[in-house]
Amino acid sequence: MTVKTTPFRNRSLSSRLAGAYILFGGLALLVCFVAPLIGPTQIDFRNVFDSKIPFEDNVDGQIFFIARLPRTIAGALVGAALASAGVVLQALLHNPLATPFTLGVSTGASLGALLVIITGLPIPTLGISAIPLASFAGALGAVSIVYGLARLRRQGLSTLVLLLAGVTLNAFFSAMIMFVQYFADYTQSFQAVRYLMGNLDVSSYEQIVWSLPLLLAASIGFAWLPRSLNLLALGTKGAAARGVNVLTTQRVAFLSASLATGAAVSLGGPIGFVGIIVPHIVRLLLGSDYRIVIPASAFFGATFLVICDVAARTLMSPIELPVGVITAMLGGPFFLWLLVRHQ
Amino acid sequence: MYKNRNPSETPPLGGWTLPTLMNFLIIALVSGTSSLAQDRTVPLRIVSVVPAITEMLFSIGAGKRLVGVSSFARYPVEIDSLPRVGALLDPDVEQILSLRPDLVILYGSQVDVIKQMTRARIRTLTYRHGNLNDIHKTILRLGQATGLADEAQLESTRIAELLASIRKAVSGRKRPRVLLVIGRDPDQIRNVYVSGGTGFLQDAIVIAGGKNVFGHFNREAVQPTSEQLLASSPDVIVEIHADGLLTIEESERQENIWAAFSSIPAVRNQRIFSAQGNALVVPGPRIAAATLGLAKIIHPEAFK
Repeated sequence: MTVKTTPFRNRSLSSRLAGAYILFGGLALLVCFVAPLIGPTQIDFRNVFDSKIPFEDNVDGQIFFIARLPRTIAGALVGAALASAGVVLQALLHNPLATPFTLGVSTGASLGALLVIITGLPIPTLGISAIPLASFAGALGAVSIVYGLARLRRQGLSTLVLLLAGVTLNAFFSAMIMFVQYFADYTQSFQAVRYLMGNLDVSSYEQIVWSLPLLLAASIGFAWLPRSLNLLALGTKGAAARGVNVLTTQRVAFLSASLATGAAVSLGGPIGFVGIIVPHIVRLLLGSDYRIVIPASAFFGATFLVICDVAARTLMSPIELPVGVITAMLGGPFFLWLLVRHQ
Repeated sequence: MYKNRNPSETPPLGGWTLPTLMNFLIIALVSGTSSLAQDRTVPLRIVSVVPAITEMLFSIGAGKRLVGVSSFARYPVEIDSLPRVGALLDPDVEQILSLRPDLVILYGSQVDVIKQMTRARIRTLTYRHGNLNDIHKTILRLGQATGLADEAQLESTRIAELLASIRKAVSGRKRPRVLLVIGRDPDQIRNVYVSGGTGFLQDAIVIAGGKNVFGHFNREAVQPTSEQLLASSPDVIVEIHADGLLTIEESERQENIWAAFSSIPAVRNQRIFSAQGNALVVPGPRIAAATLGLAKIIHPEAFK
């Protein structure tokens, strides 16, 4: 008896979708479960979940619940957000080089964060630290400028203007960042440089809780998008002829991707490479149907970033490496290997 | 939990700003001692690009000869009226030359400026931060260079004696585990920088009778993760607030920020303190008195 194997791309949508969810979702769950068990210090897991020890005195419990668990959750959320935003923006701009950071969102966020780091403004905040708040404000500012510019010229949303405005705004904000940094002293410059490398050690759940509504709103957008994005791949006219509301699709794509990026950057800093590497890896493995690529990218982005974060805090333990360095060092060669293998 | 220390009872922790911090903590990775160009003439117009040297010059009575200081220098008040000549990374050579100095004191890494000064036939003196014991050696050398050897000897002895008396007061006592926080994000336990196992802050902790919880790191400043902070379980946390005095509300806010890390003994036993002002971050003559302040925090019972 021979077992007939069908290539993944040729199976029916529902079976492929189920496969992607089970495989990538399962992998993400597994990684998120294992990651908090690994760390530079030895902790006794019998104590962690021992309710007889008061939490105030439970070192093992605090290391697990204050240090490791929040950063694993943050890593998963940031990775999922950046990867799915990357997929959506690459589709929207018809450009494989687009990343969540292409449209100026992350440089806007960084500028906001650096202004707080460097001026030390004691911004009154609602139970949340000033840096993530300022960073989200910066992201919103950048999004509104780019969106406003892209709407100015014509009735529709010009993706060309979107791209050019984003790239220009990136350059402008980068110059502002250098300007602000130039007037900072060593401590602040150092802090700023470290911020730009990304850091998932959030050490509390407050910021995670704050970012959840934003990420939820973005995921509703992502869930609505796939069918229209598939048709949009045929070109705006072709898509319109098949009943796609092109402008609405573009708007939802742009806004949900920007929202996800802004929330991710305010949570973990501008962590690079996830948003471009993960979508391409997923497309190389699963094809280009956005109904599969978007959820699979979110799962794989979470998996990838959590693994990178574990590497960051254990590879050179007890010294922690910046997670942005790891994403580039692990992701780059892996992506190139996949690319060469598939050629 | 947070003790607001009155600057009049603790060592001179005057109203400084943060700027000099990394000057002394990051760049000071290269430890060494000062090297002096020998010259017979006594300099009367001195430019000092290093705040610690500026303080040392004042401590030996050569402060009046200063005609220019670093943009990050904040102490003593006499320098307020002096021209600023830039700092480690952005020295203003034109400004320095225009002050017609006969001695320019530079940091050892400012190779280009040293060359330019040599070309202009201006005597230079270079200096690199070392550990706490290098401070009185540097003072002695400054004394030789300025013709104030006796005054320098007195000041050096004063510092050495003060440090010795601190050592004596805390000797034989159990060394509490100390976490010395140099800086962190404004209102969260994130991006925390602490003193590692080298440099003058480590020396100050040891002299003050403490055991640095990150003393096993062979570097000046360490950025521990929240996991490492929890695992290090310090008995005492000292946070340097180089920006000057905190308000009471601000202190309470800082107290609440640490409260989440309640398994740390220092948090549980309310032994979190702030060292306010810049004396602890400038490796100049004030470091001895600042070390005494640190010792009083770590061993209050020894200084009753």
